[in-house]
Amino acid sequence: MRLVVDIKKRLGDFLLDVSFTAEDGIMGILGPSGCGKSMTLRCIAGVERPDSGHIELDGVTLFDSARRVNIKPQNRRVGYLFQNYALFPNMSVRQNILCGLKNEKDRAARERILAEYLELMQLTGLEDHYPSQLSGGQQQRTALARILVNRPKLLMLDEPFSALDSHLREKLLVEMKAILEGYGGVSLAVTHSRDEAYDLCSTIALMQNGSIHTLKPTKQLFADPGTVAGASMTGCKNFSRAKKTGEYEVEALDWGIRLTTAKPVPEDLTHVGIRAHYFSPSCKQNNYPVTLLGSIEEPFEDIIRFRWKNQLPDTPDLWWRIPKQFRPQGVSADYALGAAPANVLLLRDLK
Amino acid sequence: MDWYPLINSLRIAAISSVIVFFAGILCAYYVAKLPRVLKGVLDVVLTLPLVLPPTVVGYFLLLVFGVQRPVGMWLDSIGIRFVMTWYGGIITAAVVAFPLMYRTARGAFESFDMTLAYSAQTLGLSNSWIFWRIRMPYCRQGILAGTVLAFARALGEYGATSMLIGYTPGRTATISTSVYQYWRTGDDRSAMIWVLINLGISAVVLLAVNLLEKKQRGGARR
Repeated sequence: MRLVVDIKKRLGDFLLDVSFTAEDGIMGILGPSGCGKSMTLRCIAGVERPDSGHIELDGVTLFDSARRVNIKPQNRRVGYLFQNYALFPNMSVRQNILCGLKNEKDRAARERILAEYLELMQLTGLEDHYPSQLSGGQQQRTALARILVNRPKLLMLDEPFSALDSHLREKLLVEMKAILEGYGGVSLAVTHSRDEAYDLCSTIALMQNGSIHTLKPTKQLFADPGTVAGASMTGCKNFSRAKKTGEYEVEALDWGIRLTTAKPVPEDLTHVGIRAHYFSPSCKQNNYPVTLLGSIEEPFEDIIRFRWKNQLPDTPDLWWRIPKQFRPQGVSADYALGAAPANVLLLRDLK
Repeated sequence: MDWYPLINSLRIAAISSVIVFFAGILCAYYVAKLPRVLKGVLDVVLTLPLVLPPTVVGYFLLLVFGVQRPVGMWLDSIGIRFVMTWYGGIITAAVVAFPLMYRTARGAFESFDMTLAYSAQTLGLSNSWIFWRIRMPYCRQGILAGTVLAFARALGEYGATSMLIGYTPGRTATISTSVYQYWRTGDDRSAMIWVLINLGISAVVLLAVNLLEKKQRGGARR
């Protein structure tokens, strides 16, 4: 199964210009709010019409502006899980799920599939409850059951966990992953949370200002995001302008230090980044003296702000995340931090 | 006692309410989908009868349906006459009550969560199914309230009605025109009877509106 999308849509000052191909598996679309993620899903579902372009699913053209093809959402076989789940409030769980089975004419088959999915989604016993009587997780599973019984060729999830309490999120993430893997086809998951994207998706597309600028397998994306925007979206906090000074060496201009890299430095490098987790006083490579500033306490980690001794003024402080038990005690004046060459991200700025 | 005004008023109000129910919902549904400028213009036109004096509405209706006018003449030639007939009252009541239905239905539709319609479409459900089984139940409180208000307004319509169909006992008399006629001719007792009947009906209708609103609030809490 394959989804090919190449569409443009203008909305006032905003231009949505998205093109990507997704294969079987879960692809994440990660980007800040308002970057056009949901609009992209709506165009694929057919409830919004792109100005121009082409959408193809499983060899079937869903939309093609040149050939004047625009298949109705009813006939696209696209499952769409909305952020608020969009359960019909005037119908029970059972009636809601049966809405996805309207095409199944055989009554016995309908009942069998209904029972099967009630069981699968742990909704047995809740058939006659109304959506307002369900918890967030139960609502989500009802909405998923309603979509899955309809046998979609493509499954799209819009911020699937944003309406849930944080303590439920991880549990449901595990369940969702199992459900999506059971489903097997192409899934798209839109999110602004890098943690959700990392846990759920096999590939991730990074989206900003209406277009996708990076699309990579998840692990590879986090190891080598390629661009400043990509590194920032995957959670990197520390950036410096940089200049190539050798095959395996860059000068971090803002930080006033030279860094050794594990991979050859590309010619068009403009920035380097180091994630807050990757500093260590015991790492002897890329080790330079620092001044420690204030810290922010979190339940299991501390975030310590620091500056390199030679850092340019008016550049942002760096962040260092460290498990509480390793927090430095009685810091001496010549305290220094290092970072492994493999953890120096080599980046291009898109602008 | 002659019960004709009560029967006439009730049938005029009932029939015009049915017309206004469908027309108001249809207009509310389609006007909401129009481009902004056209929507603004139509919105004003469709709401005007609510704020215009009923005599002005009556005057306009005479311009259209008067037997000397093109539309009126054409209707007359196929045997329909809205001037001085009881069913002319349906026209006046419908025009005057229409904005109440239109505006309440539009308010209800605007609060409708479009993702419900979108998700239903992606499930393969037809647009008319979505309209009747999801959108209408979702908006039913507002639509019911609009219908009741429109009915009450249609029942009490006087100005436009007296201009278009006048007052002929046993033929076009309604409760409101009867009250005026009895008072004018000094029959205070008959006038008072019809005033009390009108009060009774209006009180029942308003009670119904209040009960509906209470139910709506109760529903929101659940």
